[in-house]
Amino acid sequence: MRQAKTLSAHPARQVRWMNRDRAIALLMIAPSALAIAVFVYGFIGWTAYISMTDWRGLMITTSFVGFENYLTIFNTGRFQTNIRNLIVFTVFFLAACLIIGLLLAVLIDSRVRFEGFFRSVYIFPMALSFIVTGVVWQWLFAPGNWPNDPTGINLLFKQSGLGFLQAAWTTDTSVVPGWRIEGLRTRIGVPMAMIPVVVAAVWQMSGFVMAMYLAGLRGIPEEIKEAARVDGATEWQVFRTITLPMLQPITLSAVIILGHISLKIFDLIVTMTGGAPGNNTEVPGLYMYEITFKANKFAEGAAVAMVMLVVVALLVVPYLIYNRRTEVER
Amino acid sequence: MRTTKWLKLISAFAIITLALAACGAPSTAQPTAAPTQPTTAPAQTGGGKLEIFSWWTNGGEADGLNAMFSIYQQKYPGVEIVNATVAGGAGTNAKTVLKTRLQGGQPPDSWQVHAGKELTAYVDAGQMEPLTQFFKEQGFDKVMPPKLLEQITYNGEIWSVPVNIHRSNVLWYNIKIFQENGLTPPKTIDDFFTVAEALKAKGIIPLAVGGKDKFETPHLFESVLLAVFGPEDYARLFQPGADWSDPRVRQAAEIAKRMLEYSNSDRSSLSWADAAQLVLDGKAGMTIMGDWAHGYFISKGAKVGVDYGYAAAPGNDGVFMWLSDSFGLAKGAPNPEQAKAWLALCGSREGQDAFNPKKGSIPARIDADVSLYDEYLKYSIKAFGSEKLVPSVVHGAAAPEAYMTEYGNALNVFASDLDVDAVVQALRDAAKDLK
Repeated sequence: MRQAKTLSAHPARQVRWMNRDRAIALLMIAPSALAIAVFVYGFIGWTAYISMTDWRGLMITTSFVGFENYLTIFNTGRFQTNIRNLIVFTVFFLAACLIIGLLLAVLIDSRVRFEGFFRSVYIFPMALSFIVTGVVWQWLFAPGNWPNDPTGINLLFKQSGLGFLQAAWTTDTSVVPGWRIEGLRTRIGVPMAMIPVVVAAVWQMSGFVMAMYLAGLRGIPEEIKEAARVDGATEWQVFRTITLPMLQPITLSAVIILGHISLKIFDLIVTMTGGAPGNNTEVPGLYMYEITFKANKFAEGAAVAMVMLVVVALLVVPYLIYNRRTEVER
Repeated sequence: MRTTKWLKLISAFAIITLALAACGAPSTAQPTAAPTQPTTAPAQTGGGKLEIFSWWTNGGEADGLNAMFSIYQQKYPGVEIVNATVAGGAGTNAKTVLKTRLQGGQPPDSWQVHAGKELTAYVDAGQMEPLTQFFKEQGFDKVMPPKLLEQITYNGEIWSVPVNIHRSNVLWYNIKIFQENGLTPPKTIDDFFTVAEALKAKGIIPLAVGGKDKFETPHLFESVLLAVFGPEDYARLFQPGADWSDPRVRQAAEIAKRMLEYSNSDRSSLSWADAAQLVLDGKAGMTIMGDWAHGYFISKGAKVGVDYGYAAAPGNDGVFMWLSDSFGLAKGAPNPEQAKAWLALCGSREGQDAFNPKKGSIPARIDADVSLYDEYLKYSIKAFGSEKLVPSVVHGAAAPEAYMTEYGNALNVFASDLDVDAVVQALRDAAKDLK
């Protein structure tokens, strides 16, 4: 009797937390979990540690200096410019991608002919690497000796009689409006050379946003819209009060995906402008690479890396928390 | 049933392992130059391997390197040469790979490095062997100019063997344009502005300047600094504790500003080669660039003395601003004997005369066989032997990498905003990285 009881109790507990299936599952994820623990979280920890040392030069030195490197980089005009550029790029890139993506999705959803063809056309740039995009758009936006002897897009404008549209594009050195604020070593405003870079990035990524919105639009039940129309709502009202709110989760996902691409952007800018003119299109990723591997200031490079990590985390972590909450609600 | 499942799993695992092993082959070390040769002839260094790390992957550079490799193979047939190259202009990518390898404790036997202060980071990290004694044994100290040896000495020792010399302060001009307009290449800064004004009046861009490779304006500025400061004071500017509050820094910045105002406005979208092409196409009159521009012009089928001419940069007459590619010896090199044999070849007349005509540079020795070189290089060899030598800062000869980065960024920002006050301040701030 007693024996039977223990026998029945024991396996029951085993089922709850560890049976054969679970053991195999754990075994299967263990290698990747271990690899991620070491190569992602381990190295984040290492970078954080390095960023608080005085490691300069090729020989590692690990005297602890606290937040000195962070103070140094935040006090350089160059890093302040990088942060300004990052904000400008992210805001313009996100806004343009969302608006153009939504517009394209709505157009394609309106049952145009050859829908499949257009869908492929818009989404195709995403298949390219940012390196390719950067090189190609660098050629397009190289102004040449305009207005008389232009190249790229300026030449196109000149030959099609739209010469007045010629501009300096990636070589435009102005910052609009370029306010100077006491204590800041950079000018506040939109560096005009950043606009062509945003155009190239939007060209590449807006098709992706379109695809996301298209999936969202297809997921909205026709009955709800029909019911609204029966109640006398105009098409605009249907769009504004039914379609848009129901697309909100899609927008959020798109912002997160595009946002983390934008905050870590490196390859596109390296190939398209290299950060020029001056530092007008340079972002922290480029700065990190240059001071780490060219100037051998490893500790300052690590500090820039940590700042980038924190900025991306500020975007992603609230999203994860929000996601978890909505999942619990469901 | 069960056994087939396991078999599938195991075979899948085996395939993945094989695939990974194939990918895992050392990607940086590609033996491209020379296949292993049978160890029949007894060589001085026996057999073994020699790993040479460089960023010479294409054109004349790779040809020159291979010419030296084949001499090495003739001398030491038993040695397998591993030619580890990483492509990328000015070696930025290569340096990244190299630094990673050094920190991982896996140095190549010998690696390419700009002679002069650029290599101080490796020396400070204890990654290079001093070569002063080796220079004496090989007699290099007698055939290389004393001024050059002085300028590549750090902490009292010489650390690398210069294979070649490039000249940085050269003015290249379009001969046809100059003849049509009755102009002569400007000797002084004042001459430069007279010529520039004349060209501008004809609707020709006076000075072509690039910017895409991020060294072009810093490059232009070093020749202006030399013109304003003169050779002695210029060299002093990059010594530890140099005085950058000197009013002549501002004077140089003002001159550079005026020069840039006479240049093309799309600087930041052009590479140095694009700028040289403007001169060749007759769209621009002049450009100030190192003598790799000569190699570029030749590769485009242009003829020196017919299509383009050369002169010292304005105000730089009688001064030769040098930069040099060199090879050093790794501390803890896996094959030190083979590496020393390599360095001996790098510094020898035979090696340098094999390498340089192909690379389009001149030997670091003063006893070169002049007949092997073309018209411009003959002029350059003569100048190297007779003129005052100063080191280039942009190309690693005069200052450590940390300073080069700060100096370069200060000038690149200047190229964009032409703010004299800001660049003077930025250069003063950068001086803290001099050591």
